[in-house]
Formats: sequence, structure tokens, C-alpha cells
Amino acid sequence: MATISTTQTTRQKDRSLNKQSRTLVMRAAITSLTLVILLLYLLPLGYSVLTSLKSKAQVSDVNAPILPSEAQTYFYEGEEYDVYKIPTAEGEKEWALVQKGRSSSQFVDPQNPEAGLIEWQGRWRTLKPSYQLAFQWSNYPRAFNFINFWRLLGFTLLYAIVTTIAATSSAAIVAYGFSRFRFPFKSVLFIILISTIILPPQVTLVPMYAFFYRIGWVGTWLPLIVPQFFSNAYNVFLLRQYFMTIPTSMEEAARIDGAGPIRTFISVILPQAVPALIAVSLFHFFFAWNDFFGPLIYLAGSAELNPIAVGLFRFNGLYSSEPQLIQAASILTMIIPLLIFFFAQRFFMQGIVVTGEK
Amino acid sequence: MAMFLDEVQRAGGERRRRGKLGTMARREARWGYAFISLWVVGFLLFYFVPMIASLVFSLFDFQLTAPEEARFVGLENWRRLLFDDPLVWQSLGVTFKFALISLPVGMISAIFLAILLNSKHLIGTSLFRTLFYAPVMVPAVAGVLIWSGFLDPTTGWLNQLIEFITGFDAAGPNGIRWFDDPFLVYIAYTFIGLWAIGNAILYNLASLQGIPTALYEAADIDGANFWTKTVNITLPMITPVIFYNLVLGVIGLMQYFITPYVLNGGSGYPQGQTYYYMIHFFKQSFGFLNMGYGSTIAWFMFIIALGITVLLFGTARYWVYYAAETR
Repeated sequence: MATISTTQTTRQKDRSLNKQSRTLVMRAAITSLTLVILLLYLLPLGYSVLTSLKSKAQVSDVNAPILPSEAQTYFYEGEEYDVYKIPTAEGEKEWALVQKGRSSSQFVDPQNPEAGLIEWQGRWRTLKPSYQLAFQWSNYPRAFNFINFWRLLGFTLLYAIVTTIAATSSAAIVAYGFSRFRFPFKSVLFIILISTIILPPQVTLVPMYAFFYRIGWVGTWLPLIVPQFFSNAYNVFLLRQYFMTIPTSMEEAARIDGAGPIRTFISVILPQAVPALIAVSLFHFFFAWNDFFGPLIYLAGSAELNPIAVGLFRFNGLYSSEPQLIQAASILTMIIPLLIFFFAQRFFMQGIVVTGEK
Repeated sequence: MAMFLDEVQRAGGERRRRGKLGTMARREARWGYAFISLWVVGFLLFYFVPMIASLVFSLFDFQLTAPEEARFVGLENWRRLLFDDPLVWQSLGVTFKFALISLPVGMISAIFLAILLNSKHLIGTSLFRTLFYAPVMVPAVAGVLIWSGFLDPTTGWLNQLIEFITGFDAAGPNGIRWFDDPFLVYIAYTFIGLWAIGNAILYNLASLQGIPTALYEAADIDGANFWTKTVNITLPMITPVIFYNLVLGVIGLMQYFITPYVLNGGSGYPQGQTYYYMIHFFKQSFGFLNMGYGSTIAWFMFIIALGITVLLFGTARYWVYYAAETR
């Protein structure tokens, strides 16, 4: 009996140990699989960063190494010569090619130039050039100046900040109306509001463009900014969902103290809705930062007013022969949104989840 | 979406309940209207009136540069659109062909990644979630330019990676030319679209976290393996979100513009295969400033998008599991 129970406990121990190690293996497997997928997913970003630090010559050189580098050269008697990797009996040497020949060439050893020219038998064209790491940091100031980054940034920030304030505050006001008051046709109006989310914007675009053209607003920022003061369905929806979750007890207390709806809204609702307000502001900020189609059509004739997305597009058209500058400019345009995202991602991702769940 | 249907039902209920309003109720209603008036004005100015105007425009021959020459042409624009403009059908075909490739790839990737990011075995979950979402933050134009370099036939990393792994001469002179081949170009555009699935991943994740654990526990007792649980519990339970992503995806693809416009300026290269419907709309409306015909193209797009949405809602009851909603 005793022996049987012992084997049973060992078996149980074995099983739990087995289970533990299985969990460990599962963890390692799932985590490394995710890591590999993530690396592949972000690989283009890696390409962009490294390319933005290369020289133009290196980007177009198929045999160049992956890391930013430049072909090594050596000054010998006042002349600059390329350095090649040469297989010799004593291993690989890095020598500068001084005199090119068909079947044998003259080299000099940068380590020991006093030894003079070295004759090497073989075709120099089969040799690989020697590279050393070299980051072209200057691509960034060049791209920065070519794209006229300060001006683009100024207009983009102006547009993003003004419309973020306008869109968030107007949406909060409307959302308060929809979440706290009973009035006839409320649900019907709310359905109309929601429907405008899935309405393709093109269907209203042409008459609006014609109208703004007529009143002389095309070529200015006004057609892009003014409509944002009248709230947008997506933001209203998100804020209304959040306001509904705020308990009404504090509002009732405020009302008993004699506060009217406006006071209640400002001093009771808004302070409790800060996370949702931040989320909506972030959504709108990123929307404005990315907005391409609107500025493209309304600012078509006024290139000097362009925001960053359109500026980058035009830059690509002008400098397509300089891929390293295109990549540097692309990175420049994403730094601010990425930084804001990493610092504020908690609010942001929660906000998205709220819209997705409903 | 479910919330939308809910609202529709509630609207019905409200109509029945409504009777005469008392003084207090009238005061409350007045405040309510005051707060939403901002939106009502905006709706009328920027949605309702322009929509009607757009429909009216579609009955006119109206060049923005010569407004005094505008004239009523009846259904002429509509006749031209339906029977006389091969580019309408070609661009619709292009849009649908691309949707058939890009939507399934994007949606399946989003579901797969959400399941992976929801795995209890994953270490560093929140860091992974942040990083998988990060590409959404890359401005669309920058994203397209980055991918365009990444997919470059000779110097791009993808071909070099393929060459490295398979040994096939992908980056050579006869290598894979992603943007020049009439079929591969859709794959390339689909790749670019993968950087925009972050929201779909998060929606899926939220939905996965809402599945009652009791379902999995019951399945474990029955000895179900991971695959069985995925097919019989996970996927059915997240169909509402899959449906939501599908509707958003279809609507988004009808407006697909930035990628083809940045890559080739709307030329449709190669062989018109990237001449999307939205490009046609853009050229007619804002290239030729043909306001009448542009409006017609826009309304036709609206009708098609509405038709597809209604169709999708019609199919929903056969495959979308609504009992999962906790409201």
C-alpha cells in the first residue's frame, strides 16, 4: 500500500513538474513567435531609419552592406584611392588600389605605406570594396531644410491644435445634451448623428468645395477649420458613451445647490470626464496631423500653406532621386505623433476600445 | 453596430411613451436642444444641405470655372456614368478586386494578432500591444513612402530578405517588381495596408477579453484542444466585432486614395490596375473641376456603399452571434 501511494505522489509531482515545464515551453514559444512577427511587421521602419542615414551612393549600390557605411579610401602621395579586401596567403588584407591592371594590380598597404606598391595577381574587379560604418546624420538637416520643416510644422500644429480644441469642446457640449436631457426626437436625432459616421464624405464634398470656392475660402485654411466647431459624430458618440457611465448623484447635489445646467456641465461633468476628453483630443490631433485629402484639395493652389502630410507628398515628387532624404523626411513627420502616442497611449488605447465595444 | 440597432429600437419605444410635456420636462427639453443645437446646425450646414445639393448638382452640367454656363441636363450625367464612362466600371472593378485581396488578409491578420496578444502565455503583453499599434501613428503618406522604399525591387529589404531565405534571385534585374506587375501591385498595396490594422486588432482584443471564461473551462473539461476552442468558441464569440471591422473596412476601401495617389499620382500604373474609384472621383471633381459629374460619381459611390452595408447587415443574422452582447 505504502509503495503504491508513494508512486502516486511521485507521479503527481511528475505531472505538475511536467505541466510547469510545458507552460515554460509554451511561454517561450508564444513570446518568440510574437517577437518574430513584430520584427517583421516593423522591418520597413528599420529600413527607413537605416536608409535615412546612408549616403545616396550607398542606397543605390546593391553590394553595399546593410548598415550605413561608406567605401573606405586611403590617401597615398596626395591621391585618394579605394580600399579593397584582398585574399592573400596570410588571410584577408585591406589594401588601397593604386594602379589598376587587367590581370594584376598595384596596391598599397595603408598600415605600412613605406613598403611601397605591392603587386597582386588577379582581377581587381572581383574584389569587394572595404566599407566602414558611417552615419550620414547630415541627411536630417538637409531634409529638414529642403522640406521647409518649420513652416510645415507651424501650419500643421496650428491646424491640429485649433481644431482639436474646437472639436473636443463642441463634441463635449453636444454629448452632454444627448446624455443628460430628455427631449422629443432624441433617439431619432442620435441615430442621424451615428449615421453620419458611415456616410462617405465625398457625397457632401463637391457642393462644399463649390460653396467655399464661391465665398473665396479655397486656398485658405478656413474650410478645414470652421466645420470642426460644429462637433463631429464620432467624438460626440465617444463622449456620450463616457458621460452615461458617470453617476448622476453629484449633479443632483449641484442642482440642489442651485447650479444650472451650464455650471453643472463645467464643474461636475467635465472634471469627471478628463480621460475621455484626452482620448478624443488625441484622436482628433492625430486625425489633423494625418489629414491629407482635405488640405490637398483646399490648399491646392497655395503650396506655401501646406501641412506636413501634403508637404511630404510634394517633397517626394521633387526629390524622388534622393531616397535617403525621402526616408529622413518621412521619419521627421512621424516623430511628434509617435512621441505623443508613447506617452499618452493608455488614454488613447482605452478610448479606441470604448468605440469598438459598442 | 449592435448599439445602433439598440438605439433604433429605443426610438420606437420613445414614440409610444411620448405624451404631453409638463413644465419641468419642457424646460429640460429646451436645455437639451440648446446643447445639441451646435450639432444640428453643423449637420444641416455640412451634411444635409450639401448632400441634397450634391444630388441636385448631379443633374447639372456645372464647371466650377464657368458657373454662369451651368445648365440643367437632367439624367445626362447619370447616363454618362452608367453607360458612357468605362473608367467608372474599371475603377469599381479595381476597387473590388483589391478589396477581395486586402480585406480578408487584413482581417485575418488582425484576428490572428489579437489572439496572439491575448494569449496568457505571452510575456510583455502591453509592450507588444503598444508596438503592434505604433504603425497606425505613422502618417499615411510617410508610411506609403517607407513601404515604397522597402519594396524597391533591387535595394528594398523585402526582395533581399526573400533572396536570402529562399536563394531565389528576387533582388536581381529579373527579380520581383512589386509595383510594376498588374497582380503583385495588389499584394504590395495589401502589405502597406497592414500598417493600418492596429484599430482592428484592439477591437478584436477587447472582444476576446469579454468572452466568459466559463465557456473555455467547460471546453477544457470536455478535453477540447486549442484549435477546437478557437473555431467553436473564440471565433463565434467575436463575430460582432468581425462584422464591425468588415463594415468599416468596406467603407474605408470605397475611399481608398492616399496609397495610389502618393505612389503614382493617380495614373493607375500599371495598366490601370491602381486606378481606384476614389481616384476617378478626385480627377473629375478636383482635376477637371467638373462639379456636376463629380457629384454624380460621389452619389453613385454612396449608393453602392449603402447597398453593400445593407447587404452585410442582411447577412449578419446568419453568422453574427449577438447574444454575446452584455447589455
